[in-house]
Amino acid sequence: MPSATAPPDTGSAGCVLDRDGMGALVRELRARGRTVIGPTVRDGAIVLAELESAEELPYGWGVELEGGHYRLRRRADAAAFAHSAGPQSWKNFLHPERVRQWTADRGPDGELTVRAEPPAAASFAFLGVRPCDLRAIQIQDRVMIGGPHRDDAYRERRTGAFLVVVECTEPGATCFCVSMGTGPAAQPGYDLALTEVLDETGHRFWARAGTARGAEVLDSLPRRPADEATQDRARRGVAEAAGRMGRTMPPVDLRDLLADTLEARRWDDVAARCLTCGNCTMACPTCFCTTSEDITDLTGDHAERWRRWESCYDLDFTHLPGGSVRTSARSRYRQWLTHKLGTWWDQFDSSGCVGCGRCIVWCPVAIDITEEAHALHQESLADRAGAADGAP
Amino acid sequence: MTRAGVLAALPEGPRERLMAVGRETSFEAGTRIFEEGGRADRFWVIHTGNVNLDVHVPGRHPAVIETLGPGRMLGWSWLCPPHEWHLGAEATSLVRAWEFEAAEVLDLCQDDPELDHALLSYVVGVIGSRLRAARTRLLDLYGPYGSGSAG
Amino acid sequence: MTAVPLPYRVLDNRPETADTHTIVLRPVGTALPPFSPGQFAMVYAFGVGEIPVSVAGTHHGDLTHTIRGVGAVSRALCAARPGTRVGVRGPFGTGWDLEAAVGRDLLVVAGGLGLAPLRPLVRAAASQPRDHGRLNVLIGARTPGDLLYREEWQDWGRPYCQVTVDQPAPGWRGRVGVVTALLDQAAFAPHRTTAFVCGPEVMIRATARALLHRGVPARHIRVSLERNMHCATGHCGHCQLGPLLLCRDGPVVGYDRAEPLLAVREL
Repeated sequence: MPSATAPPDTGSAGCVLDRDGMGALVRELRARGRTVIGPTVRDGAIVLAELESAEELPYGWGVELEGGHYRLRRRADAAAFAHSAGPQSWKNFLHPERVRQWTADRGPDGELTVRAEPPAAASFAFLGVRPCDLRAIQIQDRVMIGGPHRDDAYRERRTGAFLVVVECTEPGATCFCVSMGTGPAAQPGYDLALTEVLDETGHRFWARAGTARGAEVLDSLPRRPADEATQDRARRGVAEAAGRMGRTMPPVDLRDLLADTLEARRWDDVAARCLTCGNCTMACPTCFCTTSEDITDLTGDHAERWRRWESCYDLDFTHLPGGSVRTSARSRYRQWLTHKLGTWWDQFDSSGCVGCGRCIVWCPVAIDITEEAHALHQESLADRAGAADGAP
Repeated sequence: MTRAGVLAALPEGPRERLMAVGRETSFEAGTRIFEEGGRADRFWVIHTGNVNLDVHVPGRHPAVIETLGPGRMLGWSWLCPPHEWHLGAEATSLVRAWEFEAAEVLDLCQDDPELDHALLSYVVGVIGSRLRAARTRLLDLYGPYGSGSAG
Repeated sequence: MTAVPLPYRVLDNRPETADTHTIVLRPVGTALPPFSPGQFAMVYAFGVGEIPVSVAGTHHGDLTHTIRGVGAVSRALCAARPGTRVGVRGPFGTGWDLEAAVGRDLLVVAGGLGLAPLRPLVRAAASQPRDHGRLNVLIGARTPGDLLYREEWQDWGRPYCQVTVDQPAPGWRGRVGVVTALLDQAAFAPHRTTAFVCGPEVMIRATARALLHRGVPARHIRVSLERNMHCATGHCGHCQLGPLLLCRDGPVVGYDRAEPLLAVREL
C-alpha cells in the first residue's frame, strides 16, 4: 500500500536496493502469494526455477557462450545477473510444454460431455527477465492472445505474472539484442526494472516501477532514494553493454531480405549442416508451435486433449493425406528462419527474433542465425551486382 | 461461325488464307469420324458439339481418352508420318466443324512460309496442351492419396 | 467456442461415393455461430481425434460435411451412425465471400472433393440469381462414381453446369478430360468474373493459369488451400504457407496472394 509519507522513489529516478533489499523483494513477492521464478545454478547451467530466497540467485556466476557451447564460470565479483540467456525461457512457464485443454466423457447413453480445463490459478513473479526476454513475452502475447482467438490458459498465466526486468550489463558472445532493438535497456512492459551495479561503493540495484502494482511492491521494501552516482553508473553499464554485443544482424530490412531469398543457394549450405533436431525451436523464447494429442483411458469412455510443444523441424509437422509438405532439411530450416525473421511480421506484426542467441548456443552443430542472415544478405548483394553487370 | 473464334491463335493473314480452303461439315451424334490406323488425310476445327477420342480395346467398348469441344482442333496425325490416326474419334452430339484436306493445306504451306510456320506452331501448341493434360491426369489428383484430398 | 468442442449428434449419414460420406450434424445443446460458405469446422470423433472439414451445407444450425475416409478420424466419421455424438469447433477461416462478387459473373470450378466447400456457395448464388451475372459450375472428378451430389444438380437450377471425368466408366455419356477444358464452353466475361476454385493444388494452379490467360484478374480468382490445420485458432503454427496462417488468413485466398506462394517448392 503506497504511503503518503514514503519518499517519492517510484518516479523515473527510482530507488536503490542493496542485497538485503533483493532478499526482501523475493520475500515480499512470496508473501503476496506469488511463485517466484528466477535464475539459479543447477546441473551445470543457470536455469529458471522457483526461488525460495534471493540467496539462490547465481551470485558470482557467469556464463561462457559460443555456437554449440555453454559453460558456467566463476566471476571475480558477486554479481547475480551478469549472465545471459540460459537453456530455458519464460515460455516454459507461460506456455508450458504440455497442457491439458479439455476432457470429454461418454455416458452410457452415448451422450458426450466436454469440460474445458479450468485455468490454472498460477500467480508467478518472474525475477530477472532480460529486456530481450521481455520482448519475447510480448511477442508470444500477440500470438496467443492478440488474435481473433484467445488462449484462455495463456491469458490467465500471463495476466497473473509480475515481471521484474533486470537490464543487461554483461551481454554474451552470442547476443545481438541491439540489432533486434530489444535491449540491453529495459523497455516498457515491466512491473519493476532493476539495474545491477557493483563498484567500490557496494553491490546494489537501481530500481524503478513500471506499474502501480510494481510501485506498491517497491514501497514495501527497505530502500533508499536513487543517488546520482548509482544512476550514472547503471546507465553507463547498460550503454557499454550495447557496445559489446557478440553478434550483429545485417543492417537491412530482414523481412524483405527473407522474402527475396527463398531460393537462395545458402539454404543448401545450411541444410548440409542442420540435423533438423529442433533444439533451436525448443530454446527459442518466441517459438510457439504445438501439436494436439488425444488420449483415452482404458474404459474408452474418458478422453483428454493435450497440447504439447512441437517443432517445425518435425517431419510430420506439415503432414497432409498425400505426404508431408516440407520433407527436405533445406525447406524446414528455411521455414524456421523465414518465419522467425520475415513472415512473423505478416502474421503478427513484429519480428519473431529478439536477439537472445539461445538458438546459436543450443544448436549441436553451431548453426548461427546471424551468420546465416549475413550470408543471405551477401548472396543477394552478389546476385544484384551480377544482374546489374549483365544488364545492357 | 466467327472466324476469329476458331484458330484465334493464328495471325489474321495466315488464318484467312487457311480458312479459304476449309469447308463446313457436320456429323450426327454417334458418327465415327475416323478410326485408329486409318489414313490421316484431313483435320477439323470443331465449331459446336463434342467429339470423343478413343482407343480400340478388343472385345470391349472403345476406351474414351478425352473429349474435345468447340474451338478445339480434331486430328494432327496428318502432319507427320506415318499419317495414320492413332486414336479413333466419335461425335457424341451433333458436331459442326470446319474440315481441311491435309494435301491441300500442305500445298498451301509450301508456297506460304508464314502460314506454314503459324500452322505448325499452332499444332505443336495443341499437342503440347494435350500432353500436359494427359500428364496431369497421370498424377491421379483426385485419388484418395492424391495431392489435395481433404480430411 | 473455439478451443473446446460442442457436442453434436449425427442426424444423417449417407454414402456419397465408394469412400466418401455426407453427414449431417445437429447441435445437442448450444449451436456454434453460423458458418459462411468456404469456412471450416474442426470435427472430433470421440477417442479418435479431430480433423478440419469444410462445411458442405448449413441449415438452421445443422452442419453438413462431406468426408472422405482416408485416415483414422475421417474413417470413424464416415462410419458414424445416426445418433452418434461428435464434437465440433468453429467456424474457422475465411469464406468464399460471395457478397464481394455482386453484379459479377460467377465461375465455380471444382475438382474431386473440392466440390464440397463450393456446394453452399453454389446454392447461395443460385438462390439469389438477381445479385449476379451468369453462374457457371464446372466439375471434374476421377470417375463417374466419384461425382458428388449428382441428385442435386438439377435443383441448382439456373447454373450452366458442365462435368468431366478422368476415367470414364461403361455407360458414361459425359465428357472425358481435365476440368480446365470445360472453360472453353463456359460463358463469362473475364474482367467481370469472380472465380471460385477448389480441388488439388495442381488443379487449382492449372485452372487459375487458364483463367488468368483469359483475362480474369488474379484477385478475383478465389482459391481454397489446404495445409495441416491442427488448432484452427492460429496458435499451433502447422498451417503456415509463407506469410499466411491458413486457418486464419485462409483457407480461401485471392490468387494474387496464393500464386507466388504456390510457386515455391516445399514452402
